[in-house]
Amino acid sequence: MNRIDKLFQSGKKDILSVYFTASYPNLDDTVKIIKSLSDHGVDMIEIGVPFSDPMADGPVIQASGQKAINNGITQKLIFKQLENIRQITDIPLIMMSYINTAMQFGFEQYCSKCAEVGVDGLIIPDLPSEIYLSEYKQFVDNNGLDFIQLITPETSDERIRAIDDMSKGFIYMVSSASTTGAQQSFNEAQQQYFSHIDSMKLKNPTLVGFGVSNKETFRAAADHSRGCIIGSAFIKLLGSCKSIDEAVETLLSNIKN
Amino acid sequence: MSKYSIDQNGYYGEFGGAFVPEILRKNVTELKSNYLQIIENQQFQKDFQKLLHDYVGRPTPLYFAKRLSEKYGANIYLKREDLCHTGAHKLNNALGQILLAQKLGKTRIVAETGAGQHGVATATVCALMNMECVVYMGETDVKRQFLNVQRMKMLGAQVVPVMSGNRTLKDGTNEAIRDWCCNPKNTHYIIGSVVGPDPYPDMVARFQSVISEEIKSQLESQTGRNYPDKLLACIGGGSNAAGTFYHYIDDERVKFFAAEAAGLGLDDPQKSAATIHLGKKGVLHGSLSMVMMTEDGQIVEPYSISAGLDYPGVGPMHAFFAKVGRTKVLAVTDSEAMQAALELTKLEGIIPAIESAHALAMLPKLQFIKGENVVITISGRGDKDMNTYASYFNL
Repeated sequence: MNRIDKLFQSGKKDILSVYFTASYPNLDDTVKIIKSLSDHGVDMIEIGVPFSDPMADGPVIQASGQKAINNGITQKLIFKQLENIRQITDIPLIMMSYINTAMQFGFEQYCSKCAEVGVDGLIIPDLPSEIYLSEYKQFVDNNGLDFIQLITPETSDERIRAIDDMSKGFIYMVSSASTTGAQQSFNEAQQQYFSHIDSMKLKNPTLVGFGVSNKETFRAAADHSRGCIIGSAFIKLLGSCKSIDEAVETLLSNIKN
Repeated sequence: MSKYSIDQNGYYGEFGGAFVPEILRKNVTELKSNYLQIIENQQFQKDFQKLLHDYVGRPTPLYFAKRLSEKYGANIYLKREDLCHTGAHKLNNALGQILLAQKLGKTRIVAETGAGQHGVATATVCALMNMECVVYMGETDVKRQFLNVQRMKMLGAQVVPVMSGNRTLKDGTNEAIRDWCCNPKNTHYIIGSVVGPDPYPDMVARFQSVISEEIKSQLESQTGRNYPDKLLACIGGGSNAAGTFYHYIDDERVKFFAAEAAGLGLDDPQKSAATIHLGKKGVLHGSLSMVMMTEDGQIVEPYSISAGLDYPGVGPMHAFFAKVGRTKVLAVTDSEAMQAALELTKLEGIIPAIESAHALAMLPKLQFIKGENVVITISGRGDKDMNTYASYFNL
């Protein structure tokens, strides 16, 4: 059982998973950010691999990725940075990248390298489940990784069931038809969508992402799921706070009571 | 189905597919399950053909270029897409897609544009059909192609300057895709070329296939034979080339030649847009094709003097045809294209778009047997490029 599965089987509620862009704001920040998030009691971390053309991301994550690329980050260097990460923390780690950078690294090597440094799961937003199943799944499975899939308000119940059947770890529930980025509140339709998914009693737990940025959005989402994923709101803080610790502390005080 | 056809999963050989985020899955699937049925519907075809004739001005002439033929020792015919309404072949596709969007019940259109020709074509059909139109255009291109920006605005489109990335065509495309992610219910994305996720490459090729359909019947009546020996076209994404080749794909008597923009040459990938020569297999804008990128997989900003060819990807159909040898792809530099444009202007009195000049620039690179028939597609007219021509030739 990997660390993601352990986290969800612990029965913990209000799980907080935080996304950050590797090597943003500075090239050598990757490990520092993981350590700080882990020390402050965050439950899970998504390491974002920067891509020049991130079509599912909003302006905040996009700009952070461009800055990180300019800082000199590469997929190879990310693995190098993570070489000793398991001596520092036991927190579940997810690598999130677009398919192109993983493909150029060599998908099989990408998976084995993830497993080698201690990554537990993958998110690839532009790799649809059909293509994943036919060409990529074997490499993910061989390395004991979870492949985390997204569902959105546009995903039919039938397809949600199919995704649930093939998933392991958890399901990433996108809060709205949007790219990543903060929202002040969730409207009624979104809340209905959360409770509808809740009522489907999927075999996998769900986490809500996209638009979670404050106490109100965190609560609304976490009441109908196992917790939330925060990305853009944290990236913004990393850009504006004096230190990584300050960014993490501000994030936590913004969303938790 | 032939060895060159697209398969049921949207692949031309190893290239193609639909690499889209889950939020777009429903739209892309909806499009895929309906587009053939809609396009092949008799009433749709009747409406489309009538507009192509009365509004676009089709059929466009197939013109025997006498002086150009004398110079190169072959019978050279020009397919005059530059004479379409709005000045390029782009309108064929924009018109087809907006009719399709109406059938799908969409009320809002988004599009990307680089040089502005596809943006103008989309804004035009949106005015015609009274639909809301948002065009995403890199801020750099907004400055470079100001005349087309003004045309789009006059046509009622909202032109959004894109400030991300290098602020050119690929960034405009990213932003159009993001808009579609945020408005999946009411919006149709009119992609301007044979790129993007399945079924776009095939759909756009079908809407542009009118080019080769006309070449066939025009050659028949002008030469007594309905096929040429060689077909020449330029490729950025590759929509005019797809249309030019379409009805001859399985006719191997017809040799295909495509010109991609080499910019300042093939030595420096930062100064070229020759995707098939310099690219690697990768995923950009939802399809697996040849892509210009760094070793790490970051997409690079290509360069060409032609704003319509500086795209870091290429349609999966063309990547496949190049790979299996169906199409011979030649790299044409800025200066070769500019000389070819000047030559056509002086010999035939036709000022081509710089994109189309890349196709013409293949003429001196090819060997012709006397008497063979060659068709070159002039995809657009040169009006939009007059500033570039003027400064290049010191006019």
